Amino acid sequence: MSINATLLAQMIVFAIFVWFTMKFVWPPIMQAMRDRQKRISEGLASAERGVRELNEATAKAEEMVGKAREQSQEILSNAQRQANETLDRARDEARAEGDRIVAAAREEVDQAVASAKEDLRREVGELAVVGAERILKREIDAKAHNDIIDDLVTEIR
Amino acid sequence: MASAEEGGSTATQYIQHHLTNLKFDLSSMQIDGHASGFWVLNVDSLFFSIVLGVFFLYFFRLAAKKVTASEPSGLQNFVEMVVDFTDTQVRDIYHGDSKLIAPLALTIFVWVFLMNFMDLIPVDALPAAAHASGIEYLKVVPTTDLNITFGLSISVFLLMMFYGIKVKGGVGFLKETLTHPFGPWLAPFNFMLFLVETIAKPVSLSLRLFGNLYAGELIFILIATFTLGAGASLLAIPMFILQVLLGVGWAIFHILVITLQAYIFGMLTIVYLSMAQQDH
Repeated sequence: MSINATLLAQMIVFAIFVWFTMKFVWPPIMQAMRDRQKRISEGLASAERGVRELNEATAKAEEMVGKAREQSQEILSNAQRQANETLDRARDEARAEGDRIVAAAREEVDQAVASAKEDLRREVGELAVVGAERILKREIDAKAHNDIIDDLVTEIR
Repeated sequence: MASAEEGGSTATQYIQHHLTNLKFDLSSMQIDGHASGFWVLNVDSLFFSIVLGVFFLYFFRLAAKKVTASEPSGLQNFVEMVVDFTDTQVRDIYHGDSKLIAPLALTIFVWVFLMNFMDLIPVDALPAAAHASGIEYLKVVPTTDLNITFGLSISVFLLMMFYGIKVKGGVGFLKETLTHPFGPWLAPFNFMLFLVETIAKPVSLSLRLFGNLYAGELIFILIATFTLGAGASLLAIPMFILQVLLGVGWAIFHILVITLQAYIFGMLTIVYLSMAQQDH
C-alpha cells in the first residue's frame, strides 16, 4: 500500500483513454444525437406545416366548388332564359307568318269575289239590255238608258 | 465468497494476502511480491484498469462507428443514454468552451464505475483462478489501489492548473493566488490558503474513492473469513448462513456505493475544472 510508479502509468493510461474518447467516441455520438434532434424538430415543423397547408387547400377547394356551383347555376338560368326567348320569338314569328298568310288568302278571295261580281254584273247588264231589246223590239239607245242600266246593276250587286 | 484459500491459514494471513498487490520491480525487472520503493508497478491494478478501460472504449467506439441519426438500436441506445447524461451534467455545471471536459467526464463516469464494479465479483474468484495458474497475489479492484485513484485525481489536478493558467494567464493566476480572498495585504496568508485549497481537492477526490472502495472490499473479505478454516465444526452451518446473508446484503448495498462513487468522482471533476476557469 505505497505510492509507486503505478501512479505514473495510470496517469498515462488515463490520458490516452481520455484522448481516445475525445477523438473517436464523443464527437460521432454527439453528432448523431444532434442530427436526430434536428431531424425530429424538422419533422414536427413539416407536419405542422402540412396540416396548415391541408387546411388552406381544403378551404380553397371549398371556395372553388362554391364558385363553380354559382357559375353553373348562372349558366343554367341563362340557358333557360335564352331558350324561353328563342321559343317566344319563334312563336311570335310563326303567329305573324300565319296571320300574313291568312290575310293574303283573304285578300285573294276578296279579289276573286270582286272580279266575279264584276263579271256577273256586266253579263247581267248585257242580258238585261238584250232582254229589253227583245221586249221592245227595238234598239235601245244604250247611252240614253244608261242610268236605268246602272240602277239595275246596282240592284244586282 | 468461497473461503478456501491455500495462501493463508489464519484470518490475518488471509486478509493480508488479499490486500497485497501483484508487484513488478522495475529495477530488478521481475515479479516480486515484497518489492518496495517507487519504481514498482502494481501489475494487477494496472492490468484490470487497462482491461476495463479498453472494454469501455471498445463498446463505445463500436457504438460510435455504427451510430445513426435514425432509429438507434440496443447498444447505441445505452451509449447514447450515458453520453446524454454526461452531456447534461457538463452543460449544467461547466460554461467554458473546452472540448475536453465532456469526454473526460464520460471516461471517468464509465471507467471508474467499471473499476468499482470489480468489487462485486466474489473476493476469491479471480485470486483463486490466478493462484491456480501460478500467480501468487492478485488484487482485482483497481480503485482500492491508491496509485490508481491518485493517478486519476492528479491528472485532474494538472488539468485544473492548466485551465486556470490558460484562462487567467500566468500573471493573473499568480495574482489570484496572492490576493484572493483577503486582499493583497495578506498575501502570504492568501497563498497558504490557496495551497491548502488546491491540494485538498485532488487529495480528497482520490481518498474518497479509495476509502469507500477499500472499506467495501475489506468488508467483503471480512465476511469471507466467517467460515475460514471452520472445517466440519457445528458452528460452520450458522456461520455459513450468516456469511451468505451478509454477503448478499453488502453486495446489494454496494451496487449503490460503486455507482455513487463513480458519479461523485465525475461530478467533482467537472466542478473543479469549471471552478478553475472562473474568475473570482
